[in-house]
Amino acid sequence: MSENLLEVEDLSVSYLTDTADIGAVEHVSLSVHAGEFLGIVGESGCGKSTLLFAIAQLLSPPAAITSGRVVFKGQDLVQLSENSLRLVRWRDYSVVMQSAMNALNPMKSIGAQFADTIRAHEHMSPVGIKARSAEVLHLVGIDAAHLESYPHQLSGGMRQRAMIAMALLFTPQLVIMDEPTSALDVVAQRSLMTQIKDLQQQLGFAVIFVTHDMSVVANYSDRVMVMYAGQVAELGETKSIFDRPLHPYSKGLLDAFPSVRGPRRPLIGIPGSPPDLGRPPTGCRFHPRCNVAMPQCTTTEPELYDVDDAQVRCLLFAEHAAPVATR
Amino acid sequence: MSVVPAATAGSDGAAAATAGSDGVLLQTAGLTRHFRLGGLLSRRMLHAVDDLDMVIHEREIVALVGESGSGKTTVARLLAMIYPPTRGTILYRGRSVHKLRSRKDVLWYRGEVPMVFQDPYSAMNPVFRVSHGVMRNLKLHRPELDGEQRREEAERVFDIVGLNPAADMLRKFPYEMSGGQRQRVGFAQALAVRPKLILADEPVSMLDVSIRAGILNMMARLRAEAGASLLYITHDIASARYVADRIIVMYAGHAVEQGPTEVVLSRPKHPYTQLLLSAVPDPRAKAVPVSADSGEPPRVIDPGEGCRFRQRCRYAIDECARVTPLPRPMGPSHDAACHVAVADSIEEGTTASAESR
Repeated sequence: MSENLLEVEDLSVSYLTDTADIGAVEHVSLSVHAGEFLGIVGESGCGKSTLLFAIAQLLSPPAAITSGRVVFKGQDLVQLSENSLRLVRWRDYSVVMQSAMNALNPMKSIGAQFADTIRAHEHMSPVGIKARSAEVLHLVGIDAAHLESYPHQLSGGMRQRAMIAMALLFTPQLVIMDEPTSALDVVAQRSLMTQIKDLQQQLGFAVIFVTHDMSVVANYSDRVMVMYAGQVAELGETKSIFDRPLHPYSKGLLDAFPSVRGPRRPLIGIPGSPPDLGRPPTGCRFHPRCNVAMPQCTTTEPELYDVDDAQVRCLLFAEHAAPVATR
Repeated sequence: MSVVPAATAGSDGAAAATAGSDGVLLQTAGLTRHFRLGGLLSRRMLHAVDDLDMVIHEREIVALVGESGSGKTTVARLLAMIYPPTRGTILYRGRSVHKLRSRKDVLWYRGEVPMVFQDPYSAMNPVFRVSHGVMRNLKLHRPELDGEQRREEAERVFDIVGLNPAADMLRKFPYEMSGGQRQRVGFAQALAVRPKLILADEPVSMLDVSIRAGILNMMARLRAEAGASLLYITHDIASARYVADRIIVMYAGHAVEQGPTEVVLSRPKHPYTQLLLSAVPDPRAKAVPVSADSGEPPRVIDPGEGCRFRQRCRYAIDECARVTPLPRPMGPSHDAACHVAVADSIEEGTTASAESR
């Protein structure tokens, strides 16, 4: 169909509760090329993790995909049965969860968990399993001796590396990462990011990297998508978003963290907190927290507008650009 | 693996300096805390904090910076009287904190030096309204107030921390609040007791980036409006720069560098401080710094002599493995514990080896 590895079209996810359906992800479209690094940035509760789970087909009730397609290598994952998914999942795309501490089984050695993962997806001899496990562990810079280790014997950074090694067992074309660095210190975080980038260049897989801290992806991602209240607020080249953020929310996020270099500037932050997705604000969902909100923002819901190479959901750009065709 | 507190030696440290003068609020001398690992008969000791000397002045914000496992939270807990020290002293306004025995004295200290915890989601009892903690603090520490006054006081501190309208906010349950709001409740609880020094243990690390700025700004305001000092414990050196007057950098239980914030950040002397600074993600910086450092903090179990950073340090010399470096003056009120670092006055002009990036 296209040369894109992953094509998410108009994807919506709702949490179906007794009282109301809460739209956590609303009409999100995005594409990932082979070998690309896409950062997804947003506050907690903006739907970024839900989006990621929806892409990986890992949602469980009450969450459900209410519309849209997730086309991966020409196949719509949403339509696949659990059995057909098993052939794709982990072999062609894998997921690195947020908290390695919780994602690894504390009762099993790293090697045993790797072996479980391999056996779930392929028939391989014990010798082959051992060799492959040692190989991926070596890739992330951990000694193969640690296959015998249990999760508690590894430091936070090493556990996170082991998770990434597990995701690489079948050399997938897409690795989806949910805040893998948020529990780490800056030194460990920088080292892990550098390693992910190195591995990506070495093995050529694409990465979707979810984080709440915009600065983490600044130096590593090709494109960044900023999410707010379940919607795409801005999507564009990393460099242009950091140099010239269009959406007031992106601007706010960029001004929200202090810098260690340059002059000390007062931080403004973003007043208020993210909206309750069960009762999203009328008009633009960001207007109650926006410092440049106009009267029409409270009533008119902005579309995603094309501005240069970026897409932005803000009425400031409504006159300058036509809405993006796909929505 | 259980962590059993080691026996405490109640002796005063050697340097029982004159606290109370020069606006010194709190001072530690040789503060040390070890934990015994394993069973009762085990001899293995985890050295969480070793020989920490630090001073907090009145109306001063001091940042204690370090990675996880560096001992910074242990310092906070020692100061909060949650643990007794293994060795060394904490002098608060001239009184040795761990010699306070009577309930009155302990309450006095805990009222003047409250703590704000890292995780606002688990620091509050979910079955009580958020007013509970504030009101209880007031009842305990300011018994002279009657019910009406307590309510007024609670509303006043909620206003200060930016929870308005205070009367409505007080009636909420923790689950009705966002993380940022809960952290503000934590600060309101601390403020209710008219503190002199607030111990804030990673108060923003669990919060969203967009919420952090508000809490950091509020901390700066507390000093101005409530006249309190703050010990801000963090692994984020950028936010430390934003709020703190002075920075203490900890590594593996040692204070490796301390000094005025801008001096430490613009002229870091200890190689660890330099590493920490270079690792801070900065979207405004162009290149990606590449480093082979895997960022593994050491487990400080029965360490021998020597600098604890030496295995990761590219300037390490033989002496670093033999002699534990002591803090040496690097400039006006700027110390670093490093054999290699060269002080400002000497090094001016000639680039010191530990100075180059």
